[in-house]
Amino acid sequence: MTDDAPTDPPDGTDAGSDALVGESVDRREDAALLTGDATFTDDVAAADLTYLTFARSDEAHAAVESVDASAAESMDGVLAVYTWDDVADSGVPGVLPISTHGLDCDPPGHPILARDRVRYQGQPVAAVVAEDRYRARDAADAVDVEYDPLPTVVDQRAAQEPDAPTVYDDAPDNVAAVSELGDAEATDEAVAAADHVVEVDLTNNRLIPNALEPRAAVARWDAGDERLTVEMTTQSPHGHRGKLSTTLGLPERAIRVVAPSVGGGFGHKGHHHPGEAAAAFAAMDLGDPVKWTATRSENYLAGAHGRDHRTTAELAVDDDGTIRGLRVETDANVGGYGLGGSLSMPSWYGSLLASQYDIPAIHCETRAVFTNTAPIHSYRGAGRPEANYVTERLVGAAARELGFDPAELRRANQIAEFPHETAVGATYDSGDYELGLDEALDAADWADLRDRPDRDDDGRYLGVGLACYVESTGGGHESGVVRAHPDGTVTVYAGTHSHGQGHGTTYAQIVADELGVDYDAIDVNEGDSDATPTGTGTFGSRSTITGGNAVAESARAVREKARELAANLLDAPVEAVEYENGEFAAPDHTDETRTFADVAEAAYGWGVPEGMDPGLEATTFFEQEETAYTFGTHVAAVAVDPETGAVDIERYVALDDCGERVNPTIVEGQVEGGVAQGIGQARYEGAVYADDGTLETDSMLDYAVPRSFHVPDIQTEATVTPSPTNDLGVKGIGEAGTIAAPPAVVNAVCDALDPLGIAHVDMPLTEERVWTAIREAEQ
Amino acid sequence: MATHDITLTVNGAAESLTVESRTLLVHALRDDLGYTGPNVGCESGKCGACTVEVDGDAVKSCTILAVQTDGSDVRTAAGLADEGLDPVQQAFHDEHGLQCGYCTPGMLATTHQLLDENPDPSRAEIRTALKGNVCRCTGYGNIVDAVETAADRLAETDDESEARADAPELEAED
Repeated sequence: MTDDAPTDPPDGTDAGSDALVGESVDRREDAALLTGDATFTDDVAAADLTYLTFARSDEAHAAVESVDASAAESMDGVLAVYTWDDVADSGVPGVLPISTHGLDCDPPGHPILARDRVRYQGQPVAAVVAEDRYRARDAADAVDVEYDPLPTVVDQRAAQEPDAPTVYDDAPDNVAAVSELGDAEATDEAVAAADHVVEVDLTNNRLIPNALEPRAAVARWDAGDERLTVEMTTQSPHGHRGKLSTTLGLPERAIRVVAPSVGGGFGHKGHHHPGEAAAAFAAMDLGDPVKWTATRSENYLAGAHGRDHRTTAELAVDDDGTIRGLRVETDANVGGYGLGGSLSMPSWYGSLLASQYDIPAIHCETRAVFTNTAPIHSYRGAGRPEANYVTERLVGAAARELGFDPAELRRANQIAEFPHETAVGATYDSGDYELGLDEALDAADWADLRDRPDRDDDGRYLGVGLACYVESTGGGHESGVVRAHPDGTVTVYAGTHSHGQGHGTTYAQIVADELGVDYDAIDVNEGDSDATPTGTGTFGSRSTITGGNAVAESARAVREKARELAANLLDAPVEAVEYENGEFAAPDHTDETRTFADVAEAAYGWGVPEGMDPGLEATTFFEQEETAYTFGTHVAAVAVDPETGAVDIERYVALDDCGERVNPTIVEGQVEGGVAQGIGQARYEGAVYADDGTLETDSMLDYAVPRSFHVPDIQTEATVTPSPTNDLGVKGIGEAGTIAAPPAVVNAVCDALDPLGIAHVDMPLTEERVWTAIREAEQ
Repeated sequence: MATHDITLTVNGAAESLTVESRTLLVHALRDDLGYTGPNVGCESGKCGACTVEVDGDAVKSCTILAVQTDGSDVRTAAGLADEGLDPVQQAFHDEHGLQCGYCTPGMLATTHQLLDENPDPSRAEIRTALKGNVCRCTGYGNIVDAVETAADRLAETDDESEARADAPELEAED
């Protein structure tokens, strides 16, 4: 399968031994970030800049009886206070769009300011604009809201009880959608026929994404041009342009979204929230630029959260270790409002339940359930970590219950031939799963880890855990422009957006190779919806596949046109023109040569042959028709202190295969960062709501984002199986770590605590939880 | 709201401004003076993205009032090198110690204080020193590598300067 991806350009010339793809080229993004020169959204300055702050609901569920803004309006420096009535009076729709496809009810979208009811704590009720951020905050605190509190429900299983409070009147059981994947009957039969059925009841803990830069926007309205410009923290400039268009009732041509430097995304900045739309609404009303920047606590209260699944699952396994079936039931919390496609996310999460295994029958039923909590949307992994956690915990449990080496049970069931269509409809494109497993086991000294005694000299329980995974990557379309200027320098535009991923470096590597132009002569631009043809954005581990192939395809088109132009300049037939090391030559016809810059100059001057259009640029809308499946195996070795419940991750090995690696150092950085977030989920993080809907973890004081001493050194390893789905042979890597790390760590802890008869502890594995599990086991 | 006239030195430049009693140093630097290197990530002293050097100490500039720093010498990431990158910045670049870069100015300030106090820290000491600076992108490993690399290079530079200092004709000017 490694032969399917062409590595040489189509014109038969050699990309050369100086190819940059595959090299760990230093990131060109760094200098501005290291010196503080980079402009993040809150850094944007403007004359007459004003600041918007929200008055947010303290109640998690209430009717809004009245909003009295008079005290706020009369305060020094306050320019305006807006409530829903102002939005309604303006004729602006004012509601964030929501996809209702496949839902069993018809919930309204999220209003940018509360209409008549609030459904989660922190929902924006009024927006204050003032001359500086302190005065805006003072005035927001002075907005007087009268609520009629309603009963609350925060747990997705409790929300389905007959007497549970109702979040939406047309969803009396709080269920937004029930969806099924796979074959129920075949799975029931497999479970009935198997020698063993292994069961788990799991919580996939609710997480807060925690991009270090909070959400922010600076909106300006140009009344003369009737155009809105919003600089904002987005992963998807064109996506946000479309959503702002719907929310504000403006045509897309009248909106320019610009993403300056963005301080991390992790899915959170792909979604449309009220802040950027409210800032735009205020800017259009006031005529002054309006800046809105969320505080960390506002991001916690009212930014979309991730995960929050409750799942029961059964794995049907025969005596010889053959997996026959997998039956899964999941209650997915979707919070108080849908945002975009968030309500249908649970419907496809099960499509990765097969992990790396040839499981003939799988069935997954999922209920998406409303509660009085912040909206749930995609967070790094977006359904994949939830699915993989179910399967890998089950396989780990099966190995323990049936007495198999967990590596050998996995090996016995691994898919070996590709393409492979799973029982839940995913078609895996390529891989060598057994090689990945073997390399990971070797790197981790698996046999030695397995041979360790139950406890070390300090009495700590020792364990080792494995998780295999697959990650669906890519999908959809992406735009990529390669524009050669008359001097031969090049500007690349892509519809993706880099917020830590280093596209400026990797896309330039790709284009340098494809175009035969010096890397330093190539600039990469992303993030301006006016400058870039409509693209999709960066999420779902898609940029290198979709954006990378889009710019590669454009570069090839430019190269081909350059060759035709060179043929004209060299007075030789096109077929005779060779291109190497930046020079065009036709040795059978002439000793003359032309550089890329000569050709570019000719393209915009007098060197264009008849019948050819002038100019030297190409635009590609690349469509990735088939999903590329990244895969790998992660190994964690732990020591658990029974006196304190402390879990020490002594060793962590990540083996990942994302096909061709454009820049291995950047790939490894993505893996390590993802693993750290996965360890965060496994060990530390969890958003906690009180029964009354109060978010108890509403700041970094209470929500445990992993710190430097929480994350062990991570050893990264790779195999390379090029993907046949695209010319570059690449697959995505952005989410691998968050998918693999939680089950690897929890399986290791379960292995450590097996001598105590403990088969399961729910994430996060805090000291208190582990200590409690040990105390209970001892009794 | 009472106001105060204060003067600061920021990256070597004298700055005078009027602040309210409640104005945080980070907002004075960012909103009033335009030094946008220090970033606001949590406004509760937990994330460290706003860390700057105040009279040589790494200080979270969201936990100190601007008026408290009257007369102080403040250094942000922009003031670390006259041009290009200083050895710590260079090490972060070389070790891929940053991705989105939002935490980076704070990491640099904390690293400078660490290496001033402990020029040859162990990995564990580095991890402990950086405990107040959250990075959500890198997983910290490359940041720890960067601090080690910076320490090594600074030690080499110090050795060289000491060697120069021993030679009378090359004595450094103050």
